[in-house]
Amino acid sequence: MNLFNLIRRGSAPVARERLQILLAHERIARSQPDLLGVLREEILAVISRHVAFEPDKVQIKMDRGKSVSTLEVDIEIPNGFGAALPRAS
Amino acid sequence: MAQVLVVTSGKGGVGKTTSTAALGAALAHEGENVVVIDFDVGLRNLDLMLGAERRVVFDLINVIQGVAKLPQALIRDKRLENLVLLPASQTRDKDALTEDGVARVIAELRKKFDWIICDSPAGIERGATLAMRHADAAIIVTNPEVSSVRDSDRIIGLLDSKTIKAERGERVDKHLLITRYQPARATRGEMLSIDDVLEILSTPLLGIIPESEEVLRASNVGSPVTLSNAQSAPARAYFDAARRLKGMDVPMLVPGESRGLLNMLFGRKAA
Repeated sequence: MNLFNLIRRGSAPVARERLQILLAHERIARSQPDLLGVLREEILAVISRHVAFEPDKVQIKMDRGKSVSTLEVDIEIPNGFGAALPRAS
Repeated sequence: MAQVLVVTSGKGGVGKTTSTAALGAALAHEGENVVVIDFDVGLRNLDLMLGAERRVVFDLINVIQGVAKLPQALIRDKRLENLVLLPASQTRDKDALTEDGVARVIAELRKKFDWIICDSPAGIERGATLAMRHADAAIIVTNPEVSSVRDSDRIIGLLDSKTIKAERGERVDKHLLITRYQPARATRGEMLSIDDVLEILSTPLLGIIPESEEVLRASNVGSPVTLSNAQSAPARAYFDAARRLKGMDVPMLVPGESRGLLNMLFGRKAA
């Protein structure tokens, strides 16, 4: 919005627009307060059924984009883990 | 059946205490038995708004800690005998407000009053969450201004998660009270309009209190605005809001909308 519009229409439409965008984000954040925490626990639970690893060596990151968000899971697994596990048939 | 109301906002300075006093007095004036409770431990002010500051002997914390019995802490209004104040403590630590203690006090008050109005402190900390804990309904006081609207949205989220009703899967009735509204500025697009605020917060409107010098005058003399000047614009708006709380169907007047052309041209004078 340029200065001319601001003078002509007043600043209330700017306030309204800023609030609508801000609150849309804050409401999403509130409704999933610990989505990452839940994902982390469940992913770790599944993997630990099959592979032994250090819980500290796990990194889970989420990037929220405009249309697509990505979930990045980085788990450091010690070498030779496959031998300790039964082969899936 | 007693109704427990919380008057809340998140943001400070929007008119919670003013509105608690004005609505409490309006309901009492209509014949209801009303107790107003100040939850702002350490920064009490409801006593001042009611002109009862020199009559405080015992307070909410004294009652919770068993130092005083509840009836000893209740202060009856000098103008309306069915309006009663339970003041907050000015000196104690706010941690003295315990969940069990508040539950006991509210349960006891429910037996004696029609309306229990809890004046919440600003913020979203312990005092504010305890003030809303037992609420059947909430009055969210909002100014037509970005920070107030944002904080109201946050408080609405808390009402839906932190109250006893919410935890039982029930809903706390929510009412929006827009205060300090300046119709002329809203018309000129300088202030969020009523429709803007309602659309953003999507909460039913209880009333619109216009900005008015009467509100400051009332606080100067220690009287709810609904008693100091019942004919003033803010007082009438509070009386209408009180009747809506009682379930009456009162048409909503948006200040400024019935204003004539001359008024529009020559501006506005606060009531």
